[in-house]
Amino acid sequence: MAKGVLVDITRCMGCKSCQVACKQWNDLPASNPAFANGLTSPPDMDGYTYTTVKMEVIERDRDYIIRGAKRQCMHCEHPACASACFAKALQRDPKTGAVLYYPHLCVGCRYCMLACPFDIPKYQWDKQFPLVAKCQFCFDPEGKYDRLGRGLAPACVDTCPTGALKFGERDELLKEAWSRINSNPKYLKKVMGEKEAGGTSWLYISDVPFETFGFRPNLGIKPLPEYSHNFLKWTPIIAMGWGTLLTVLYHYTKRREQIASEGDKNVHM
Amino acid sequence: MSENKGLLKEIAEYKWKFTMTPARKVLLLLAGLGVVCMLYRLATGLGTSTNLSDKWPWGLWIGFDVLTGVALAGGGYGTAIIVHVLHRNKYHAIARSAMLTSLLGYLLVMAGLFMDIGQWFNFWRPFVSWGHSSVLFEVFWCVSCYTTVQVLEFGEIVTEKVGTKYHEAFKKALPVLMIIGIVFPTLHQSSLGALYLIMVDKLYPLWWSPYIGLLFLMSSFFVGPAMICVETALAGKAFNHEVPIPVLRGLVRISGVFMVLYLGLKLYDLANRGVFNLMFEGNLEGNLFLLEIILGIIIPIIIAFSGMSNTRRGLVTFGVLVSGGLIFNRMNVVFTGMSAAIGGWYFPSIMEWSVSIGLVAIGCLVYCFIVENFNILEHGEHKVIA
Ligand code: SF4
Ligand code: SF4
Repeated sequence: MAKGVLVDITRCMGCKSCQVACKQWNDLPASNPAFANGLTSPPDMDGYTYTTVKMEVIERDRDYIIRGAKRQCMHCEHPACASACFAKALQRDPKTGAVLYYPHLCVGCRYCMLACPFDIPKYQWDKQFPLVAKCQFCFDPEGKYDRLGRGLAPACVDTCPTGALKFGERDELLKEAWSRINSNPKYLKKVMGEKEAGGTSWLYISDVPFETFGFRPNLGIKPLPEYSHNFLKWTPIIAMGWGTLLTVLYHYTKRREQIASEGDKNVHM
Repeated sequence: MSENKGLLKEIAEYKWKFTMTPARKVLLLLAGLGVVCMLYRLATGLGTSTNLSDKWPWGLWIGFDVLTGVALAGGGYGTAIIVHVLHRNKYHAIARSAMLTSLLGYLLVMAGLFMDIGQWFNFWRPFVSWGHSSVLFEVFWCVSCYTTVQVLEFGEIVTEKVGTKYHEAFKKALPVLMIIGIVFPTLHQSSLGALYLIMVDKLYPLWWSPYIGLLFLMSSFFVGPAMICVETALAGKAFNHEVPIPVLRGLVRISGVFMVLYLGLKLYDLANRGVFNLMFEGNLEGNLFLLEIILGIIIPIIIAFSGMSNTRRGLVTFGVLVSGGLIFNRMNVVFTGMSAAIGGWYFPSIMEWSVSIGLVAIGCLVYCFIVENFNILEHGEHKVIA
């Protein structure tokens, strides 16, 4: 069964220990602190940062509240990035649900970055031969950075002190998400990731709108790879049909031309 | 082995021509500058030479050199259908120059693509690691195969002059190559548009469409004659070679018919998805869209079906408007249509400009060189005399 993580935005206190754990576990270099809104740091994921906690100040009842949402790859059940990659450098592991990046296959076309509905894949712009960077769900078939394959929770979840992140089977997490929503009226009646873009392994619940943290408001529920598939499935038919039609036309018009010129040698087309 | 030597000797002894003119000197300069920037980019990476970023991973090179370049080079296959499959021989006069432009166009597209990929030494990966669920996979295969086919097609022209003993073989292969050479572009002209299908929540609804593939295909077809009008006007000046007006007019009308169909499909699709009114919103997207449709489609249609297409000036206006409209359309898809969803902004760096301009300059120079040395423009008359 595919794994998942439930993110409860109401429980995040913005300590950023998940960010640090991610950097440490994955041997990612740190950088000089830079802030967005004075709170979010680093301001966004980049070629060396797989996750960042988006902190937002929200006005409510003439008061202000702070909310934080950890953003990283959602590990889609029908990943647009993987279906967009023409070199199979991104693949979904059916057992864990992790969407993995295989650097040696990558050509660096960056189509995955545009295809991802959550704007996740980032690029190492400063490198001579840059690679794509994104959260690997702490899954690594090679072993070095593996946690999921060994039955451990991802490093970020393991380190979260407030229980804002919970690791488990996706099905069960989804049930738990809805029971939390139904037992407490403060939550919005929505689990982000239940159906968005065909469903994701990471699920979010919140008491403030998801758009606050950069989720697109118009995410459909249709798996994005279907759009490409519905187009590509016509390719062989069109190629064969069109090729045959052209061949027939070629011979037909050529023959007609021959007959015409044999009939009247003086007419030159 | 000895045969090979013979060929090389033949090439060495052939009297190559290349006239120097002031315009060509400028082109040489631009080409040189472009080459220097390209080498710099390949040596140092994308970050140092471009203004691309995580928000704008695709920029001028993909938008102009690839998406637009392929469409403008589409004239080749359109003409091939008309001349070699339907055997409308009256259009023979422009067949070879259209093919040549197309071949050069594709070579430049390949060069542009090569500049744009981060791991360029890895460019061959998709040949062995099949990401066949990707539309880009189709684009990649079709563009590679089609360029190969075009080079082979061109072999027939080259062997008229050098390596003549291979001429018969090339000639025999031609009909098959022609047909393969029409199927491939049909597929990937549409798949270039279909690249954007997956960006359904990002590309502005005036441009995103379930029919975007078909729209790209149709526009690549009707831009062919427009490009021929522009090209023959330029070549007419440079090489003293005029294509008769009726030939061009015939093509422009074929083009016009497809533009009417295109317009119809476009409007039907907008109405169908309930986004028709977006074009009158008065926002940037709406206004640029209107500009694109009026200048690039509606006015040219009027020119094509009125007396204006009887004059050289009318034909050239048609050519400029339609090709310009197409460039504008592709730019709108890559930039205008995406900017609201992506945020931030992007403007190509000086290096990106000089690479793009350099590539076009190289294309022009090679075109001139080939026209001077092979039967491209005079081919039509040759046939009649022989
Ligand atoms: S969130 Fe984006 S990068 Fe992650 S699996 Fe989904 S499509 Fe791929
Ligand atoms: S950048 Fe790499 S991983 Fe992304 S689509 Fe291109 S080849 Fe695949």
